Amino acid sequence: MTTPHNDSLLRFMTCGSVDDGKSTLIGRLLYDTKTILADTLNNIARTSQKRGMEAVDLSLLTDGLQAEREQGITIDVAYRYFSTGTRKYIIADAPGHEQYTRNMVTAASTANLAIILIDARKGVLTQTRRHSYLAHLVGIPHIVVAVNKMDLVNYDQATYEKIKADYIAFATEIGLAQARDIKFLPMSALNGDMLVDRLDNMNWYQGETLLDILEAAPAAHSDQAEPFRFPVQFVCRPHDSANPELHDFRGFMGRVESGSIAVGDDVTVLPNGYQSKVKAIQLGNELLQSAQTEQSITLLLEDEIDTSRGDMIVKTSQAPEAVKQIEAHVCWLSETPLSPARTYIVRHTTRESKAKIGSIHYKVDVNTLEQQATSDLKMNDIARVSFKLAQPLMVDSYDKNRATGAFIVIDESSNNTVGAGMIV
Amino acid sequence: MTTKQPLSHLDWLEAEAIHILREVAGQCANPVLLFSGGKDSLCILRLAEKAFRPGRFPFPLMHIDTGHNYQEVVNFRDQRAAELGERLIVRSVEDSMKRGTVVLKTPDEPRNKHQSVTLLEAIEEFGFDCCIGGARRDEEKARAKERIMSFRDEFGQWDPKNQRPELWNLFNARVHKGENIRAFPISNWTEMDVWQYIEREKLELPSIYFAHQRDIVMRHGAIFPVNVSLPSGEVINQPKAGEEVINMQVRFRTVGDVTCTAPVISDADDVSKIVVETATTTITERGATRLDDQTSDASMEQRKKEGYF
Repeated sequence: MTTPHNDSLLRFMTCGSVDDGKSTLIGRLLYDTKTILADTLNNIARTSQKRGMEAVDLSLLTDGLQAEREQGITIDVAYRYFSTGTRKYIIADAPGHEQYTRNMVTAASTANLAIILIDARKGVLTQTRRHSYLAHLVGIPHIVVAVNKMDLVNYDQATYEKIKADYIAFATEIGLAQARDIKFLPMSALNGDMLVDRLDNMNWYQGETLLDILEAAPAAHSDQAEPFRFPVQFVCRPHDSANPELHDFRGFMGRVESGSIAVGDDVTVLPNGYQSKVKAIQLGNELLQSAQTEQSITLLLEDEIDTSRGDMIVKTSQAPEAVKQIEAHVCWLSETPLSPARTYIVRHTTRESKAKIGSIHYKVDVNTLEQQATSDLKMNDIARVSFKLAQPLMVDSYDKNRATGAFIVIDESSNNTVGAGMIV
Repeated sequence: MTTKQPLSHLDWLEAEAIHILREVAGQCANPVLLFSGGKDSLCILRLAEKAFRPGRFPFPLMHIDTGHNYQEVVNFRDQRAAELGERLIVRSVEDSMKRGTVVLKTPDEPRNKHQSVTLLEAIEEFGFDCCIGGARRDEEKARAKERIMSFRDEFGQWDPKNQRPELWNLFNARVHKGENIRAFPISNWTEMDVWQYIEREKLELPSIYFAHQRDIVMRHGAIFPVNVSLPSGEVINQPKAGEEVINMQVRFRTVGDVTCTAPVISDADDVSKIVVETATTTITERGATRLDDQTSDASMEQRKKEGYF
């Protein structure tokens, strides 16, 4: 084996319940890419034997916490890693049951690809619709529909084609097929058909294997040119009296959430609207000529401008709106229901504002996708809500910009994160 | 508009870690960076340089010293802190033992798990509201579900069933007085990523990470280092009667308490050889080297509930 170089990184999630073979799929990916080392494999071989199984049960690789094993369920999102030598992968492994909508939304929020598992014996189910709707809502750009357990339907092509047609019909209905890149493949995670190796059971399928699809999927969240958004996280003023060069140093530190920036670009600092030009871009000791999405950098401006954490630096020609009212799809995450009378904190980029609920327009039944009138929100509910804000936020719609369209809702008394919002 | 060129995996991991460090600095009033002199925390020091220079770090460094650390690592810890010109706080498990807050079952009991007590005492002493640590999710299955910013109550307890949801890169480090956040900037790194980063950044490391000759015995199927001189001058890990002492070429994949960290047989004497060795090894980092994680399937989960990093 040669040393991996890993040119890029892809974050993806798996949607499905234990019955769909999700754990087996992840176990198989880790096993076939040789991520599982001998001592771990010995451990699960021992456990498989203890439980009276003939073969090594790869799903045990994703066996979680003691608390979960006691209850025989997966409660929380787990993150797992593997590498092919050309790419590093981060898997968000989310439990698939209805009561875990919040975990699916959590996992989806950082994923650029979702694998939606369908049991070939069962076809498109309610939960398939739910998973697809949530993946769509949270804006995952690439969807892979994996028709699993093909071994249990004799690797029958007609079964696969029927499920594929059913899914396309449903995805078209909810707007998913039009908005996202969807790929299909037949698979047996148990045997390893079409995951890393093609094997010989489905020669009628000429498309890519799962790993081929993962290797080729674009790593960037969006292939559109996005406007430059730079929320200020921290201001560096060294006050180093021994070093006169640093006396006037004022670095605005943050991560490029979208777009790109170059030395000499005209910028505006929001919400105040001060204008200046980029004097320098630093990454550690390196001086950069330009910086792009996801880079953590320090910006130096030509003019001395009073700027602090929570401000946003943008290109002057691409300024977003500063608003004191937002409308969003909200997933409620807390066991304590949303109370329309209370004041919450909204955290958006590096900025916080107190917020009051304007109105709850409707909530969505994640199984039927029907809209229902409601006056409160419970855990796992998804609803369209408007908020009134004490401070202006510089927002884009979530559809256009994941970073500046997303926010979390915090309960001031418990400090808990209780809601996740996507601005309409 | 030019086509987007995605960041390489190391650049991406670096950018994410810098972002997390800056969120800690922006959100927390009094954070601290836990620094042991080990490879993971050395990566975090480099990331902190990239995050905050030319300014000073907006937090001190702190080591919870078991008193059972390798001399080479303790020396390296002090040297690195001095080179950076940052403040290093050392709090020792032995002081907790003197206070009676740590009571060992047997004198040679590994002290790793008792670091929790000393850590909580130090958090209280300084009023820290956030501890930055070098834990990674690939290390252990209890860690696979840990948040990047992980909430601990007044007793330092982690409640795996009641973690704050963590979405996008919107971190919530808010706490009430007495509560604490543990922040893990390299959560998404694997052992391989760490070594590749060390190689790329040309980071210096304590010498015991590289192949060297050492007296060992075979104990419970693991390589056990014997006759180790501690910084205090004491020599511990005496071979037991009947054990054969062998002088062998080994290196440490992880450095920790002398009584429970095992080396591996290796001739990798530079970072590039270690990268190759890491790519071909068949044993996990903890499986090979941490004797204290093997007592039960859930031992890490248990220790974390009790306030461990």
